[in-house]
Amino acid sequence: MSQAISDGPGPAAPVPRLGRAVRRPLGLFSVAGWIVFGVTLIVAAGVIPALTLLPAESPLQIAPYLVPLLGKYVCYAILALALDLIWGYAGILSLGQGAFFGLGGYCMGMYLMRQIGNRGVYGNAELPDFMVFLNWKQLPWTWWGFDAFPFALVMALAVPGLLALVFGWFAFRSRVTGVYFSIITQAMTYALMLAFFRNDMGFGGNNGLTDFKTLLGFEVQAPSTRLALYIISVLTLAMAFLLCRYVTVSKLGRVLLALRDAESRVRFLGYSVTNAKLFVFILSALLSGIAGALYVPQVGIINPSEFSPANSIEVAIWVAVGGRGTLVGAVLGAILVNLGKTWLTAAYPDVWLFLLGALFILVTLVIPYGLIGLAGRLRWRRGRADTDAPDPDLIEGPAPGAVTEINHG
Amino acid sequence: MAVLRLFLCLMVLTAGAARADALSDLVAHLAGDSFSDREAAVAALGDLGDGRAIPALNALNDGRLYVASDGRVVIGDPGTGDALKASDPVTGSWLDPVPAGLDRIRVNNRLRNGIAEALGKLKLFSPDRADRLVAAREAARHGSADTMATLRHAAEIEADAEVKAAILSSLMTVQVTAGTKTEQLAAIASLAGRMDPEIRGLLGQLADGGTVVEPEVKAAATAAARAIDRRLAILDYAINLFQGLSLGSVLLLAAIGLAITFGVMGVINMAHGEMIMLGAYTTFVTQEAFRRYLPESWFDAYLIVSIPAAFLVAGAVGAALERSVIRFLYGRPLETLLATWGVSLMLQQLVRTVFGAPNKEVSNPSWMSGGFVISGGFTVTWNRLYIILFCALILLALVAVIRRTAFGLHMRAVTQNRGMAAAMGIPTARVDALTFALGSGVAGMAGVALSQIGNVSPNLGTLYIVDSFMVVVFGGVGNLMGTLVGALGLGIINKFLEPVAGAVLGKIVVLIAIILFIQVRPRGLFALKGRAAEL
Amino acid sequence: MAEHAGALEPGHRPVADKLSNSLLYLDNVTVSFDGFKALNALSLAIADGELRTVIGPNGAGKTTMMDVITGKTRPDSGAALFDGSVDLTRLDEEAIATLGIGRKFQKPTVFENLTVFENLELALRYHRGIWRTLLHRLNGEQVDRIDAVLQRIGLAARTADRAGLLSHGQKQWLEIGMLLMQDQRLLLLDEPVAGMTDAETAATAALILDLARDQTIIVVEHDMEFVRSLGAKVTVLHEGSVLAEGTIDHVQNHPRVIEVYLGR
Repeated sequence: MSQAISDGPGPAAPVPRLGRAVRRPLGLFSVAGWIVFGVTLIVAAGVIPALTLLPAESPLQIAPYLVPLLGKYVCYAILALALDLIWGYAGILSLGQGAFFGLGGYCMGMYLMRQIGNRGVYGNAELPDFMVFLNWKQLPWTWWGFDAFPFALVMALAVPGLLALVFGWFAFRSRVTGVYFSIITQAMTYALMLAFFRNDMGFGGNNGLTDFKTLLGFEVQAPSTRLALYIISVLTLAMAFLLCRYVTVSKLGRVLLALRDAESRVRFLGYSVTNAKLFVFILSALLSGIAGALYVPQVGIINPSEFSPANSIEVAIWVAVGGRGTLVGAVLGAILVNLGKTWLTAAYPDVWLFLLGALFILVTLVIPYGLIGLAGRLRWRRGRADTDAPDPDLIEGPAPGAVTEINHG
Repeated sequence: MAVLRLFLCLMVLTAGAARADALSDLVAHLAGDSFSDREAAVAALGDLGDGRAIPALNALNDGRLYVASDGRVVIGDPGTGDALKASDPVTGSWLDPVPAGLDRIRVNNRLRNGIAEALGKLKLFSPDRADRLVAAREAARHGSADTMATLRHAAEIEADAEVKAAILSSLMTVQVTAGTKTEQLAAIASLAGRMDPEIRGLLGQLADGGTVVEPEVKAAATAAARAIDRRLAILDYAINLFQGLSLGSVLLLAAIGLAITFGVMGVINMAHGEMIMLGAYTTFVTQEAFRRYLPESWFDAYLIVSIPAAFLVAGAVGAALERSVIRFLYGRPLETLLATWGVSLMLQQLVRTVFGAPNKEVSNPSWMSGGFVISGGFTVTWNRLYIILFCALILLALVAVIRRTAFGLHMRAVTQNRGMAAAMGIPTARVDALTFALGSGVAGMAGVALSQIGNVSPNLGTLYIVDSFMVVVFGGVGNLMGTLVGALGLGIINKFLEPVAGAVLGKIVVLIAIILFIQVRPRGLFALKGRAAEL
Repeated sequence: MAEHAGALEPGHRPVADKLSNSLLYLDNVTVSFDGFKALNALSLAIADGELRTVIGPNGAGKTTMMDVITGKTRPDSGAALFDGSVDLTRLDEEAIATLGIGRKFQKPTVFENLTVFENLELALRYHRGIWRTLLHRLNGEQVDRIDAVLQRIGLAARTADRAGLLSHGQKQWLEIGMLLMQDQRLLLLDEPVAGMTDAETAATAALILDLARDQTIIVVEHDMEFVRSLGAKVTVLHEGSVLAEGTIDHVQNHPRVIEVYLGR
């Protein structure tokens, strides 16, 4: 403590003007931050695609079959950003992100199904194969309009957004918080999973939607389409990152952090906690929906297992591994964990679940702020000798996400 | 032929005292010259209502009935070598020497039908009680004036109450269609008290029977059909209620451990389902151990042994989990949620590695398999009934532990005011571990019960985890009563929705309803209010 | 009281004398939790510009009273009129805060992961809508206002520190500073000197007296010395209703008050 407690109220030293010292172009990053962002973007969207185009003999070549895999990671990174926004910043652990992701994916999947036209097994131009198989005579109303790409795109945003609006409005208005919110969002995605498993729903039941042929006239399987989808995914991730950054550095971002610490205090300051939470929940649902819509053409299938509660919880561990409450951490965590998953499920399939389980335990117990937090701590240790910087543990205060219910009485 | 048959019948009926002779006479007629003679004799034997005719008819059917050159009818059995052994068809005694010139009595298809019908009637008089019961129930199928007479006769001489009731019931069923008007009305009156769907169908046919049916009979049948409908509706309701209760008790078993760990301690244990799964695998291991090392007669006891075993195994795992992970996360529920989810993944994979991924079969002990028929084809199975009882016992035991023991007192003290409890010398850390072990142990016992109604697999727990949380949240946290009402309520609602919406849709509707319900009462049905609610 | 409920009809200004010059008027407020009456037909009037101290033994209903005024708890019956016309019992916390009522909790409640400056920035009187909040950038004048408050609460040197690093007393001041930023008409201070040293307590008393010049303040406190130092009218709560009211000397010599505090 640098200041004596007995100072008390009264005149004191001039106040340094906060936030003015560092120049932030567009208010988002420092100049150095922008450079790192730009270089990363160029590598991800330019250099990596270029490397896939090299001849196979070249040692630098990235095999083209890896492109959809990379695209998948990028989609997961967008999903992780979405969860980090609501969990890392606002302290609301939504276990329903998989539902928004899946709904976005299904919207895109429906467009891709309509694109198949008469190239299906049954050659029926009017109905997707599974409907012909179920002996349906006409297209259900839920599929109307999905022939048009712009409509499908709008729905990939509107459906998750609307679900988040309705669900969130009910939940936040009646102040369902903490684990209760986690549990009911989990029940929401579970209910969706059960619903989509039903053939009567008209979304392909168990098998989901697959066997896609073209997207806007381009062959989905063609290497050039895959590369384009990858680049679009990276650009979308970059834009999502900037959007999240804009929100988190804004005053609203500080309101979100504040309601993670002391929700009642935010209320007594006159902010509408319901609206703030609703805003971040919907934004997070929209991002998840986009991620799902980008994911489906790259992996070539969407089925109800995307709604399984386990999937949604897994997203939380990506964010936790990278470092929640930092956007870089979410992206990093999603990519690292999924790289590990791809490698281990192929090499040692039995080990993967042990490792994933252990990751959940270790991250929460040992590195609650993830790799980014760990890096910060190590940096502090190194610089400890010559500076009087406070321990980051103290800076972090109570664990993010901990319920700091105001107890008076 | 009809004349002959009538004659034979008359002969039989007038000579009641000389029944044995009539039987022998008719058996002798089985060797009649023409097929129609034999047919008449078969029919008359059927009407005779004497079970002793059964062997002769069976032998005729199988081509083992012979006529000797002296006209005697005998049953031939292949003896040693070429020689036939012969026995008397009525008394069954061996004939020595075997009569000479045995000639097989031939049967044709028409005769075979006759034999089957006669045997059907005669089985009503079989010395074997089970045979009679089957025959009595069968008789309702083929209604004719003939059958009515036989049934009446059989009812008169039947001594066994259950068989007699079955005979009378069949008689009424036949009488409804085949009887005279008075008989029909009497039968309708007696059948109106029944609930079998078949009888309901029969009465319905009669009620819509057009002009063939007398108006009076028609009206009576309509009224009786309505009465049955009413009772069937009530039965339907009762079935739903029982099945709901049964499902509710399963939900309660799955959730009750959670009511302790989540409700009382406030710990979100996502590995709770795996505690159930461990309990089920403990049952499986106990079963295998009994099979391998103990005499077969002891096998039925394996389930009793596996209850404490599952409690101890799951409880020990729970205590270890609390000491190694959860205690570092008190006050951080979201982190607890994630860490215990990790534990659940590891436990699942562990079990998969040790026992393999395929389902394991746990068999019911003999006293738990089967069930009893209530009525109208609805069976209460013993395992469902025992699970309801088991569930009630566990609930009572838990209430007793919490309310009446020192440990329960400590537990309540620690959860209400940790600091104060510690200050009074209660070892709070140990109480935490034990409370968590108790909740996990109860989950393990739930696993024993669940192994009796379904397959045991590594992902058994995941099937119940969402439901368990829904029960606890719906019922209200920190309150066993709420969990009880929540579980039974959800079980019953589910079962009543199922016929309307289908199983999956019903479940979805219930989930949505709970989600909406939490909006109205965020703290559940039995919510604590005031300051206590904020602790 | 039915006649006061009637006075809430649009177009009717309450006529009672007590109401016309009251900033806050609690009328017959009852709150019960599972049969226990935390507030029992409590009636209380606070004049505009008044400084009032409320004391009472544990469980007297002091915090519940604040909960009712700030919209955290809805009473079973009764009304809480603000500024003579608005019934607070029908509004939620956000609306009440926007109306001009600020509250300091018993346990200091600041945003521990935000800096001292950011804590004050969030409290700054400004539009509270989502979009305005998202787009808001501080202007020079607003920064000056924050600086001024920082000076006043003596935390100027800790501007960039996280609030979680502050001492207990400093958190109390930061919370008072947030109330200053909000620029409210009525302040509710729940045990503002709990856990403070004597020096801090004296400084806080001075600060409150200073604030009381332009704002109406209700202070709930246990510390009798502190209450005496404020020199304001004292209301004693007991079992959810007013037991006595008057100067500190009057109250301290009141036989029922002595009985309640000392027990029998």
